[in-house]
Amino acid sequence: MIDFLQTLIEYHIEEAASMILFGIGFSLLLLNRNLIKKIMGLNIMDTAVYLFLTAKGYVYGRMVPIMNSGITDPNAYTNPIPDGLVLTGIVVSVSVSAILLSLTIRLYDRYHTLDLDKIITEWRKEEDN
Amino acid sequence: MSRIRDNYENSRAAKFEAWLRGDYDPMSEGMEISVPKTDGSDDEIDPRAGLVISDALYDRHTNKALKRSGYVYRVLSVVLCLVMISVLLWMVQFLPKFGQPDNPANNEVSARYIEKGVEETGAVNFVTGMILDYRAFDTFGESCVLFIATICVQILLRIDKDDMTPATFRRRKESETDRLLEPKNDIILQRVSVVLVPFLFIFGIYIILNGHLSPGGGFSGGAVIGAGLILYLCSFGYKQTERFFTIRTFRIVSLVALITYCLAKSYSFYTGANHLESHIPLGTPGNILSSGLILVLNICVGSVVACTMYAFYTLFRKGDF
Amino acid sequence: MEFFRNFPFFSIMIAMFCGIVSSAVSGKSARRISLAMVTGVLVLSACTLVYVGDMGESVTYLMGHFPAPWGNEIRFGTLEAFLALYFSIIMLLSVLGGWSHVITDVEAGKENLFYVLIDMMMSSLLAMIYTNDLFTGYVFVEINTIAACGMIMIRQNGHGIVAAIRYMVMSLIGSGLFLIGLSLLYDITGHLLMVPAHEAIETVVAEGTYRVPLLVIISLMSVGMAIKSGLYPFHSWIPETYGYATPTASAVLSSLVSKGYIILLIKIFYRVIGMDVIVSSHILNALFIFGIVAMVMGSLHAIMQTDCRKMIAYSSVAQIGYIYMGIGLGTKAGMVAAIFHILTHAATKSLLFISAVGLYEVSDGRTDYNGLRNAAYRNRIAGIAFSVGALSMVGFPMLSGFISKYLFATAALERPHKMLLTLLALIISTVLNAVYFLRQVVTIYSGRPGESSSTSNFIKEAISESTFSNRFASIALILLNLFLGLFSEVVIELISRGLEIFA
Repeated sequence: MIDFLQTLIEYHIEEAASMILFGIGFSLLLLNRNLIKKIMGLNIMDTAVYLFLTAKGYVYGRMVPIMNSGITDPNAYTNPIPDGLVLTGIVVSVSVSAILLSLTIRLYDRYHTLDLDKIITEWRKEEDN
Repeated sequence: MSRIRDNYENSRAAKFEAWLRGDYDPMSEGMEISVPKTDGSDDEIDPRAGLVISDALYDRHTNKALKRSGYVYRVLSVVLCLVMISVLLWMVQFLPKFGQPDNPANNEVSARYIEKGVEETGAVNFVTGMILDYRAFDTFGESCVLFIATICVQILLRIDKDDMTPATFRRRKESETDRLLEPKNDIILQRVSVVLVPFLFIFGIYIILNGHLSPGGGFSGGAVIGAGLILYLCSFGYKQTERFFTIRTFRIVSLVALITYCLAKSYSFYTGANHLESHIPLGTPGNILSSGLILVLNICVGSVVACTMYAFYTLFRKGDF
Repeated sequence: MEFFRNFPFFSIMIAMFCGIVSSAVSGKSARRISLAMVTGVLVLSACTLVYVGDMGESVTYLMGHFPAPWGNEIRFGTLEAFLALYFSIIMLLSVLGGWSHVITDVEAGKENLFYVLIDMMMSSLLAMIYTNDLFTGYVFVEINTIAACGMIMIRQNGHGIVAAIRYMVMSLIGSGLFLIGLSLLYDITGHLLMVPAHEAIETVVAEGTYRVPLLVIISLMSVGMAIKSGLYPFHSWIPETYGYATPTASAVLSSLVSKGYIILLIKIFYRVIGMDVIVSSHILNALFIFGIVAMVMGSLHAIMQTDCRKMIAYSSVAQIGYIYMGIGLGTKAGMVAAIFHILTHAATKSLLFISAVGLYEVSDGRTDYNGLRNAAYRNRIAGIAFSVGALSMVGFPMLSGFISKYLFATAALERPHKMLLTLLALIISTVLNAVYFLRQVVTIYSGRPGESSSTSNFIKEAISESTFSNRFASIALILLNLFLGLFSEVVIELISRGLEIFA
């Protein structure tokens, strides 16, 4: 156990942090009844993935991947691929959050609550009556 | 006679016939999973008969089956989440170490993006070169995600002029009152935004135009411009903003930008796949007018994103432009 | 002929272009553009199928100027071209069968947006079928999810929106798991394109490094896709979504959307991870068990429904279980059976949803069990179509459902330790299917005397309103079903040949 924690802290602290964040976001998205908190959970989850990706792209002592004074040696720059993936991922998560927020607005208009369980209960009532 | 009838009514055949007619459901008592039906099966012979099912059926405290299934669901979900976090954490120790140059991710792929990126794409910013040239299909997909998200938000929140259903009528009323509540004459806000908005626009345009030279690009620049538009709207109201930005502007700008993007990328994919010359000059790396299609694509993405951000704000606020 | 290799790329791009253009035109023109687009994709896919038919290998097509490990690419062989062709047929018939309801179900002025969603859905399905790049797969999975969500909520009542948010939350959990799996895979292989990633994984497996991360990646991706396609414990959103959407959306959602994710998962299994690694990882056993449970539980739930649409929706849960059971067998025969069942289910479910529409139209819009009494006499074609669909689901000979059950059974015989369970589940599920589908068929063909005469005026009106295209779509789907049932050898041959060059 001590060994495990030691390797974790010494070599993998960023990844461990992103995994914990991912778990927090996942649990919020799955378990929290409040719609706004669900959306926050989604964003935390996505951000955790971005943190993981950027951490994997980083190499100690290297520059950001923008050409500086004509150097084109791959050993001088960090890995550009994860950065690109994060850029794409951010757009996806912005779009998805916008849709979820607008769904929330409409649901609040109709049921006057943000609690998904209450909304579903109300909805079952409407359906059965 | 009646005795025979009674016997028939209790027999399996009669129950089968009743079930065939849909009056009787043999499974409804045995299954706890169909949550609300445990003690309500009698009320549901005809859902359209206008029967009011008592609220107690839906109350977690009185309906035991509901309470139990909800409880089981929550416990299982908590266990699932905990198991997932611990497995992921345990797995992390077996991954390649952080920040080492010999990790599998630092292979020939990223090496080529850096070594030949400037020569092949003309973009000094390797990330831009990668997302808008090497992996441009992904990025086109990403713009489509944004486009379709706008479509979905419009479906949900847009209020059309000729639509007179009660729900939209109420929402239109609300949006009218929203206009009245606008901070029309907030001097501080107006003075600050008069100073800030031009700089925001210029800064956004700068980010878009320098996307291939420095950190930035279409999405970030577009977001800055969108923020400028929203600030202007907040301080001067819809009337002022509509002088230069209406739903028509939004439609035209995003349509033209997306179609340009689609056609430009199709051309580049087509020439690439068929090994044809693309005839698009790459220019001198480092200049504003360089890197071929990347600049055009950045401008397209930037204008789409700026419009989309503004559209999200107005749609959320009042369902109209 | 050489020009034909551009066609998959053309079909994806045309679908997207039509989607973008449709956002600025009227509803009617958007519908025409959409129908023309799907027909065009159909023709292009047929040409592609002819082109790759006798090549004996997959074609790799660059999306840009740069080859495999650097640039995006798509790749197509017999199976991909056939799936694209088949999906476009189903899409065309679903749109034709339900467009008259789109006009009534969708708010005025937003009809064109529905067709934008259809176009984008088509393009994302095509991209998921053709892609040879993992991250492209993720992006198009998201497009597919958002388009599906839009289709659910376009019917603007409380039901649609609650259903949409439940669908969205479950789907996003699935895509989150898929995304983290993808990032981990990138971390241990350094590649996003499928073929180089596979080579990297082969060396990883040979060296024995990263064994735990690989296992976690496989499980995350499988679970993510299973959640998105609605495998049993994650099925809760299915009945509401399929039950309350507009008919075209129900047909498309049940027959195409969930299948796209399964195709992508199969592609990842074959082309990225490698089937031998998958089999030795035991994830297939988990999918197998969940598939079996889904087959039985989905059917049990379906029996308890009083609403016809919800019954069809719960039957989808069971059918998804069949597919995962076939994948879970872990043999080639099992995979062929699973893919054949994807085709069967797509044809049959859209037939059921489309023909059920014809039945509600003549039943005063009632969808509950009793309301449909006698409906088959009022709309004969819809009645026949519904019966054919139901019989196919049950596994009546000559129809496609029979062939897929037969394929599952023979595939199970190859795996002695899974044989008993598979056969047992097949029998139980078939009996349960028969119970609820035949009950509905009996109902629509039986009525209380005198009932039909009292409302005859109303019925005449409804029949005249019932559109020609709905009938056309029903008949075409019946024919498709019969084709799959009668000429199954051709299709099976095509699938197994395609699977050989799929990896």
